[in-house]
This record gives sequence, C-alpha cells and structure tokens, in this order.
Amino acid sequence: MFSSLGVECNILELDQVDDGANVQEVLSEITNQRTVPNIFVNKVHMGGCDRTFQAHQSGLLQKLLQEDSAYEYDLIVIGGGSGGLACAQEAAILGKKVMVLDFVVPTPQGTSWGLGGTCVNVGCVPKKLMHQAALLGQELKDARKFGWEYSHQVKHNWETMIEAIQNHIGSLNWGYRLSLREKAVTYVNSYGEFVEHHKIKATNRKGQETYYTARKFVLATGQRPRYLGIPGDKEYCITSDDLFSLPYCPGKTLVVGASYVALECGGFLAGIGLDVTIMVRSILLRGFDQEMAEKVGSYMEQHGVKFLRKFVPVMVQQLEKGSPGKLKVVAKSTEGPETIEEIYNTVLLAIGRASCTRKIGLEKIGVKVNEKSGKIPVNDVEQTNVPYVYAVGDILEGKLELTPIAIQAGKLLARRLFAGSLEKCDYVNVPTTVFTPLEYGCCGLSEEKAIEVHRKENLEVRLSITQP
Amino acid sequence: MRHLVGSVPQTCPGPSSHLSPLSSAGRQNYDLLVIGGGSGGLACAKEAAQLGKKVAVVDYVEPSPRGTRWGLGGTCVNVGCIPKKLMHQAALLGGMVRDAPHYGWALQPVPHDWTTMAEAVQNHVKSLNWGHRVQLQDRKVTYFNIKASFVDAHMVCGVSKGRKETLLSAEHIVIATGGRPRYPTHIEGALEYGITSDDLFWLKESPGKTLVVGASYVALECAGFLTGLGLDTTVMIRSIPLRGFDQQMSSLVTEYMASQGTRFLRGCTPSRVQRLPDGQLQVTWEDPSSGKEDTGTFNTVLWAIGRIPETRSLNLEKAGVHTSPTSQKILVDAQETTSVPHIYAIGDVAEGRPELTPTAIMAGKLLAQRLCGQSSDVMDYENVPTTVFTPLEYGCVGLSEEEAVARHGEEHVEVYHAYYKPLEFTVAERDASQCYIKMVCLRKPPQLVLGLHFLGPNAGEVTQGFALGIKCGASYAQVMRTVGIHPTCAEEVAKLRISKRSGLDPTVTGC
Repeated sequence: MFSSLGVECNILELDQVDDGANVQEVLSEITNQRTVPNIFVNKVHMGGCDRTFQAHQSGLLQKLLQEDSAYEYDLIVIGGGSGGLACAQEAAILGKKVMVLDFVVPTPQGTSWGLGGTCVNVGCVPKKLMHQAALLGQELKDARKFGWEYSHQVKHNWETMIEAIQNHIGSLNWGYRLSLREKAVTYVNSYGEFVEHHKIKATNRKGQETYYTARKFVLATGQRPRYLGIPGDKEYCITSDDLFSLPYCPGKTLVVGASYVALECGGFLAGIGLDVTIMVRSILLRGFDQEMAEKVGSYMEQHGVKFLRKFVPVMVQQLEKGSPGKLKVVAKSTEGPETIEEIYNTVLLAIGRASCTRKIGLEKIGVKVNEKSGKIPVNDVEQTNVPYVYAVGDILEGKLELTPIAIQAGKLLARRLFAGSLEKCDYVNVPTTVFTPLEYGCCGLSEEKAIEVHRKENLEVRLSITQP
Repeated sequence: MRHLVGSVPQTCPGPSSHLSPLSSAGRQNYDLLVIGGGSGGLACAKEAAQLGKKVAVVDYVEPSPRGTRWGLGGTCVNVGCIPKKLMHQAALLGGMVRDAPHYGWALQPVPHDWTTMAEAVQNHVKSLNWGHRVQLQDRKVTYFNIKASFVDAHMVCGVSKGRKETLLSAEHIVIATGGRPRYPTHIEGALEYGITSDDLFWLKESPGKTLVVGASYVALECAGFLTGLGLDTTVMIRSIPLRGFDQQMSSLVTEYMASQGTRFLRGCTPSRVQRLPDGQLQVTWEDPSSGKEDTGTFNTVLWAIGRIPETRSLNLEKAGVHTSPTSQKILVDAQETTSVPHIYAIGDVAEGRPELTPTAIMAGKLLAQRLCGQSSDVMDYENVPTTVFTPLEYGCVGLSEEEAVARHGEEHVEVYHAYYKPLEFTVAERDASQCYIKMVCLRKPPQLVLGLHFLGPNAGEVTQGFALGIKCGASYAQVMRTVGIHPTCAEEVAKLRISKRSGLDPTVTGC
C-alpha cells in the first residue's frame, strides 16, 4: 500500500535483529500493541494492518503523510478546565505551540462563567467555600460552649457569601488567563468542534467562526448537570451550575438526587439555615461504601435535613415568579401509586452529569463515543481510537471524575506526547472526600467491592466509633 | 509512730523502723504493679490485666505549689493534651467567629468568658477521670490513690492522702510517673507568684494579662491560645523557640503568633518577680540588647521552661534503679528495662523517649504483651509524628532539615517546599504568609522521605495520614504519584515540586 502511495518506508524486521524481543517489549509499552506489523507514520502510532488501512480509507493516512508544518499548532486542547489547562500548560513548558479553547454554554437559566472549568467555577472551589460557610455556622454554636459570649441567633446573608465567593472565583479565572499568557498558550474563548481531520471550527459568542489545525488534539470538555426530562425542569429548576452564583437566597429548597453533589449541596444549604429536603430515588452515594453512605445521610438527618426516600419528581410547576419564586413539585413513589405534592422556593437537580461529547464533531473524524453514557473510551495512555486525538478528565469512560486525576493525566499526557516520557496515569487508590456536613474521606475499596474482589472470608474489617 | 508533717505524705520508712502491726499481714502481692496512672501506666496495666495478670495501679497527684490537684489519668488527660487542645479549640473558634461575617454570618466581634470555658473543660476532664476509673474496674485492675516509693526491689510502700500506708509487692514493676513542670527556683518570687501548666488549665478565673516564660511547645501553645482568647500575652524566650524542632518551621510558628498579637521578648531572662500592692505581678528581666534591666506588669506569670521527671520521691536507690545524672530520667534499654531486670520504665519518665502520650501508650501495651509472653515486639520510636498546637499548627514526622543535613550531608539531601494558601483563608481574608510545607528527602533516587513538616490548619489531621507513608518508607517518587484530594491543604504535600536547591519561588499559585 505504501509503495503504491509512493511513500518511503523504514521496515524493521524484529526476528532479524538481535534485541528484537526487547524492541517488541518497549513497543508494547509505548503502543499497547504486541502484534506486528506495528506501524508509525510521521511519529504517530497508527496501529496494525487493519487500522492503517482504515486510516487510508478515511483520509487520515494522507493527512499524516503531509509535512508537519501544515499544522498551525502542535496541540489544541478543547476545554479549559482542570485537565485541559494542566495538559496545555505542560505542553507549552515543553516548548510546544499550544491553543486552548474554552467556552461555557449558558445554562437554561442563563448562567455562565469564566476560564477554569467546572472545578473552579461551579464545582470544588465554590462548593468547599459554601461548605465552610455552613461549618462556620456550626462552629459559631460551638463557640458559645467554649466561652464566646453572644446570645442572639446569628442569621446568614446569602448575598454577602455569594459576592465573596464569586470574587475569589474571579481572581482564579484571572489567574488562569495570566498563567496561559505567561506560558504563551493561545487562549480562545470559543466553542470548538471538529470539521475534518486535524481541523476544528471555533465559534465565539458573537457567532464568528475561525478555523484551526493541529498535529494533536486533547478533548477535555468535561460534563454538565443532567435534567430530569419532566415538565418544568429546564424552565424552573436550577442545578449546581446556577447555585454557586445565584444572586438571591434559594430559600426552602428541594434537592433531587443522591449523588455527592446532591448531598454536599443539601448539606451546606441546611447548614446556613435553609429548609432543605433531599429527594432520593434509591440509594445514597451510588458507588461509595454503603455503610458509610448511610452514616453520612443519618448525620444530615439528625441535623435537620429532610429526606424523601424512594420518590421521583414527575412535574414542576411555577406558582409564583420571584427571586426566589414558588414552585410546586409533584413526586411519585418508586414503590407504589403514592404521589406527594409540596411547595418549594427552589428545586435543585443533582441527578448526575452528562459528558460534553455529543456536539463537538467527533463523528466527523470517527472518534468512538459510548452511545449510552457519552463518555469516550481510551487506552491506558488516554488515546482515543483516532490516533492523534486524546482525552482527559470527566469525559473518560471508566475513570474517576476528579480534578486532581484530570490534572495528573493531563500533565503526564503532555510529557508522553512531547517529552518522550513513558509514565502513565495511575487511577488506582485515588483518595477522595465527600464534603457533607460530616465529611467522608476514603481511599481504596469499599467493603462491598472488597468482598466482590477478594471474597468475604479473606477479609478483616476493623472499625471504631469515636467522638472528636 | 512516725510523725507526718502537714498533709503531705512522707516517703515510707525502711523495713527496720516501726510499722503498724497490720502492714506485713496486709501486704498485697501482684503479678504487675504500675506506678503512675497516666497514659503509659494505664495502657500497660489494662493490657496486662486483659492478658490475665493480677495488676495494680498506684496513682497520686502531688498538689502543685498553687495547690492544684487532679484525678486519675495522668498529665495528658488532666493538665496536658486534653485541656490544651480544648482551650486551643476555644481560641480557634474565636478566629472562626471573626471569619464568619465574611461568609455571610451577621455577627459583631464577641468577648470571651474564661470561666464558662474553664468549667466546660474541667467538667470534661473529670468525666475522663471517671471513665478511667470505670475502665480499670471493668478490667479488674486494682487502683490505689497512694503516693508510692520503693522499699526494696520488689516492694513498694504507698501512702494515701489520709496518711494510711499500704505495702505492695510485685513480680514486675513498671514506673510510669511522668514529669512535672520545672520552677526556676533560683528566681526570686518564682515559686510564690508564678503558676505553671499544672495550674493554668484549672484556673476558675481568667489569667488576665500574662507573661509566659519559656520557648517550649507548652509555652507557645499556651501563649497561643491565651492570645486567641483575647488576653494580652507576652512570651519571654531566652534563646531559640522549640529547641529540637526544625528551626525554620519554629520561626514561622512564632512569626505567625506575632502577627496575631502575641508579644515576644527574645533573648531575655527574668531575674525577679514581685507582687504589687494592687495584686499585679511585676517582673524584672535582663534585656541583652540594651544591656539593661526592664520591668513589666502582669496579672499572671506562667513558667513553661521544661519538665522534670517524677523520680525524686520514688526512693529509686532502694530498688537499685539508675537515673541519668543530667536529666534525672530513668535509664532504660530497648525493652524498657531499667538497671533492675524486673523493673521497667515507660513514658515521660524514661530517658531518651519522646514525651508523647501515644508512644507511652504503645510502649506500655507492648511491654505488657512481652511480660505476658504474648509477643517479643519492641517499641519502635522511629518516625513518630507529632503536632504543636500553636495558633497556626505545626505537624511533623521524621527528621528536621538540620538533622537530615547533619546525618547525610547537604549534598545528599533535597528539600521540596511550598508556601500555600488554604482555600478557607481566601474569603475570610486571612493572612497565609506562614502556611508552609517542606519535605526533606535523600537526593539519591528514589529519594527516600526523611522528614515532613506541615504548617497550617488541621496540621495534626494532615500529618497523621502522611506518617503512615513515611513509616512504610515512602519515597519522593511515590509522593509524586499520590493523587491529591481537592480542595484541601493536605493535597499540597502531594504536589510539592520546587526544591530549595533550585532557588525557584515556592509559592503555590492557582489550581
């Protein structure tokens, strides 16, 4: 095939060289492929016979055979969040020409934010600060027992808190822009999508379109909160995307969901004195150790959070407009015909997050996306099925949705791509913490998973109940 | 009949003097006798009893010169760790009261009432005393509230508060009498007018404007929380703060305290304490920088210049137990055995041991297990983590930078460090200038971690986790592969990348 294309090939026959076995070993490490032929085109790993022919079919092979200088950038990163920025900056430090595209599609409520991704704007950072505000409420109560003298009930002002938090986030957005500038990373505040191999279209807020090409791409578009798909959800409900910059106090709130997002938000809203109900379809913190999850829930219940277990909302109606307004929620039991109705000022949906992979033109270049989950399958070097396209962060199938992992993966990826490193990201035994009113930190296997992997008779579980 | 002076029990006479007729018949025999009901003593006693031995614990608190006394449990429970941490917490809560308005809580600055706090702390301590007594009962350990001293190598005489004498003998004896604060008796007025940590935690009234003399962690922790509670506090340090600790970290600790309003008098030594007609105390000291004497007026003078082991009144020479001529602590080997084969010493009273509750407890348990033939494990005193609960807490495990350099040579040591800002400080507009972490490693790959030093909030919680890693022989390479938990301060340890040698700015920026 190559000779028919007039392409010069370097052929290394492994059975004809002395250290062929060693070469095969290293090849396997770099490419995850043990079979031959193992083909590289212009330093990009193609794969075996099948993949190379496929690439020829799709036009990719021809592209790769072109001169490097045909591409404007060494690397384009789509998504300026934890993973994307880490990868882009590392590549820039290694001397590459890098672009980052970041664009926030406003929420149904119209909320938007700056550079930095979910973590900085509508995730980890504001979450922890609101959690801290709630903890302080409890600490103020403790303080009296420790001798601090005040007798009145202390009230919380939402607007003061939001302003302080948004100011801090603003400084982080700014900090990122500065950092990218210092490292000579081109930052474009536009929506990026593929139009053909190695080429993307960037559309800015005004609708203006520009095109860019790069030798390699990293997808780091992250996720956005899911909606229920019931009447009134997009019109009247908010999500975590809106909560952290909500200009008015949410008031009496219904949180729908049992994720850590639902529990953390429900937790701190109750902690600042709001009337909070959490509506849970089945179990709390799916995927986490269930004994611990129930304890997290119990503590919250003891501290005034109401739980409606085994219910799902079927309709949200607006009774009154306002900041906040009044919403009527109708919910159905998952176990029988019972329905309940209740009025809330705010309904916060926290039922999971969907990956931003459906509308970025991946079908145009043949990047495989899991139809059901929207996540992108990658190999252990974060490479998609299209050799020059990689992915990091929340959109990865089968990996953890955590900022530090995305950052680690992004950095290591850049080093493998541009500095010849072989180090892969290790996704095992990653610690995490759920910042509910009583915090839950864990590392390693849940008891259930341990039993599944090792069998009960091979396990010893030690426990301790203590009082701080 | 012997003549007892006042209500202070004297040490028991030798076998040759007059004894009440009951004593030889009433002598009690045990498998194990533990002298001292503190952290080490109680742990050892309970473990041995659990393993089937007949055990007795004798505990007695000699009142402080001020007259302060307390119940079962030793220093930690009564006049150490527990009340210290609770008062530290009270002070931290004061800081949170100040932060709260930034987070939206509508609160004006509030004053602090010492008496409310003291009562709550003291009640908690008393509940712990009670808890310990119940535990001993449950484990069938006989408890005597008597002051013990050796009659001979196997026999101890204990005198109760009511001057009743008891003779106890045992196959094995464990000395766990701990230590007490030192008074600078050569300073005029020190004993009469000054107090120590023994008294501070039991004061019913506020100490008011306080001079803390000393540079130990006790001095700094006490001065720290007194400042945090709103009291005018001065610390007088003769030479360096936190001797024995990493000095760079120690100076950051005091820098933070100074930024919070604690006054420091460096290089000064007090010469005299006098009481003024209005009840206040006037302290005179030598200030080497001016070469002159200076004075100051305080409500309270707190001596925190070190602790001395409780060995003087034990009559150790009657048992043949040797102490260090310099420290007066009891000399022990790796098995905690003294110069007498069946007599042991653990905790603060033993020479060369860290003066920490958890090491005393672990040593006590292991000793009991060895004595009962359950194990031959010996206490490992390497890489014991600890935390100084100053206003900005300092947690550490392993070697200080100085120790590492002394042991391995500067060219063989690499120090990774970072100045970071806790997320919670941002909105609260708190100064994070002293929030700092450093990891001291061997330079040779994989770069074994020799010591970790963390200055910041919740230092104890952070350091505890990493102590496991260091115990397992973690290398810097492994630290680099440990994923952090976001957003926390602890993750900054896993993110250390800048070495001192590089000269680069170690300030952490952004995510």
